[in-house]
Amino acid sequence: MITDLLIKLGVCALVLGGVLNFAGMQTWLERKQSALMQDRIGANRAYFTLPWRWAAPINWLFRKLGGLGILNAIADVIKLLFKEDFIPKAGDRFLHTLAPLLSVFFALMAFAAIPIGPTVELWGRHIPLQVANVNAGLLFVLALASIGVYGVILAGMISGNNLATIGGLRAASQMLAYEIALGVSLIGVVIWYGTLDLQQLVLRQGTLLWGWLPHWGVFVQPIGCLVFMTAALAETKRVPFDLPEGEPEIIGYFTEYSGMKFGLFFLTDFVEVVLVSALTTTLFFGGWQVPYLTPAGWQFPWGGALIPVSHAAYVIWGLVSFTVKVVAFIWFFMLIRWTLPRFRYDQLMHLGWKILFPLSLANLTLTGILVVALK
Amino acid sequence: MSTLSDQLLHRLRDARKRRKLTWWERTYLPAVAQGLWLTSRHFWRNLFLHLAHRVGLFRGVPASVTIQYPDQRRKTELRLRTRHRLTKRKDGTPRCVACMMCETVCPARCIYIVAGEHPDPNVEKYPKSFDIDLGKCVYCGYCVEACPEDAIRMDTQRHDIASYSRDGMWLDVKELLNPGSKPFGTPPEKFIQLTPQEYQQLPPTPPPPPPGTGIAPSV
Repeated sequence: MITDLLIKLGVCALVLGGVLNFAGMQTWLERKQSALMQDRIGANRAYFTLPWRWAAPINWLFRKLGGLGILNAIADVIKLLFKEDFIPKAGDRFLHTLAPLLSVFFALMAFAAIPIGPTVELWGRHIPLQVANVNAGLLFVLALASIGVYGVILAGMISGNNLATIGGLRAASQMLAYEIALGVSLIGVVIWYGTLDLQQLVLRQGTLLWGWLPHWGVFVQPIGCLVFMTAALAETKRVPFDLPEGEPEIIGYFTEYSGMKFGLFFLTDFVEVVLVSALTTTLFFGGWQVPYLTPAGWQFPWGGALIPVSHAAYVIWGLVSFTVKVVAFIWFFMLIRWTLPRFRYDQLMHLGWKILFPLSLANLTLTGILVVALK
Repeated sequence: MSTLSDQLLHRLRDARKRRKLTWWERTYLPAVAQGLWLTSRHFWRNLFLHLAHRVGLFRGVPASVTIQYPDQRRKTELRLRTRHRLTKRKDGTPRCVACMMCETVCPARCIYIVAGEHPDPNVEKYPKSFDIDLGKCVYCGYCVEACPEDAIRMDTQRHDIASYSRDGMWLDVKELLNPGSKPFGTPPEKFIQLTPQEYQQLPPTPPPPPPGTGIAPSV
C-alpha cells in the first residue's frame, strides 16, 4: 500500500517536474528562438558575480550560463516575486487571487491522464508511467482544458477594468469557437482507434500500416490533425490567436495583475503549450512509441532479424521518444508564434465557426464511412 | 511604349483592385507554409553559424546583425559629424580668432566664446574661453561650415556622449583642444579663461583615431 503510494508520488514528481521545467525553459526558448529567427543574438547579459575568491568557478559558470541567456529565467522570477501584489479597489481580494490559481491548476491537472512511457515491470509490479489511468482519459483532458478558461474569464470579470473584461469575454468566445472544432476533430481519432483511454490509444498506434508505415494518427487522420493543431493553438491563447491578451489594443484579461499572480498566468500559457504539444504527440504522433520498436526489439520493415532490446532499454527509448516529440512540437508552436501575425477578431470567428468546424464534421463523416467500409 | 511612370501608375491602379484569391490561396496554408519555411530557414542557419563560431569555423559569416555596443562599435564614415574639437597652431594656441561666426550661426546657441586681444597684431583676437554645451548641440555642423579659419572640426569619431548630469555634457576649452583628455565624471571647468602662454603649456593633442574603424580611444 505504502509502496504503491510512493511509486505514484514518484511518477507524479516525474511528470510535474518535467512539465514545469519545460514551461520554465520556454521563457529561454522564446527569447533565444525568436532572436535566431530574426537574425538577432537575444538575451545574453543576465549574470551576477560573487565577491569571494573561492567562488571563481561558480562565477565562471554563471558567466557562461548568462552568456547563453539561461539565467534570465531566474532573473524573471526574482523580479516577479519582489513586485508589489496589487489588487484594484473595484476587485475582490479572494476571487482576484483565485483566478490565476484556477488557471494554472487545471492546466497542470490535465497532464495526469497523459501517458509518458510504457508500463514498467519492476519486481513483479506493473507501474504505468501515467499519473492517473483514466479510462476516458481523452474526455478528462478536454474537460480540464475547457475548465481552465474559467480562470481567465474570472480574472477579466473581477478586475473591475473594462479592458480586462473585454479580454475575458474574448477568451470565452474564442474558447467556444475552437473547443467544438477541437472536440469534433478528435472524435475521428476515437472512432478509428476505438478507445478513449490514452494509453490504449498510444499502444494501438504502435502497429504498422501496410507493413511499413507507423499507424500514427497523423497518417490516418491528416485533416483531423490539422484541425486539432490549429484549434489547440487557439487554446493556448498565444500569438496568432492571442485575442484575449491583444497587447497592442487591450492589455488583456491580466491588466490588473502584477507580481507572481501575473507570473502564474504567464506560466499557464507555457504549461498549455506543453500540454498541447503532449496531446498532439499522444493523439497523432504515436505518443511514446518509437517506429519499428516492439517490446521484444527492433523489427524493421525491410526485413532482417529481430534485434532484441531489454525491458529497461525499451522504457528509456519510450521516455526519450516522448520527450523528443514534445520538445519538437514546442519548437514548432514557438515557430508559428514568431512567424504569423495576429488574426483580426472577425477573421478568428470566421476561421473557428465557418472553416474548422465544418472541416472537422466532414472529417468525422469521412472517418465513419471509412471505418464501416474497412471493417 | 510605356514609360516608368506609366508602369507605376498601372501598378497603383491595380493595387486598388483586390485580386481574387484562388481557392487554394484562400486556405492560407501555402502562405503559412512559406512563412514558416522562411523563419525556420533563418533559425537553422543562424543556429548552425552560432555553433560553428563556437568551434572557430565560418568566422567570416555573421550569425546575426547585432552590434554588441559597448564591446563592439559600428564602423563610422570619416565624414560622420561627431564630437567637436578645436584645432591648434604650431605653438599650441587655438587657431580660433574669436570672430564669433560659429556662435552667431549656431541654431541651438550652445557655443559660448569670450574674446581677448592676441599679442600678435596680425592675429588680433583669440578666444579666452570657448565652451560648447553638448546638451543643447543639435550636431548640425553649421559651426564647422561657418568657420573661416578651419578652427573647429567635428571629426573626433566620438559619438557616445553619456553622463549623469547636464554638467557632464559640457565641453570646456581644455577638453575641446584635447578630446578625450578628461576622465568620465570629472566636472567641467566652465568658462575657464586661458592666456596664450597657458594655451602653450597644455599637453599635446592625442592622435585622432583611425578613420572608419568606429574605435575612439576609450577614456
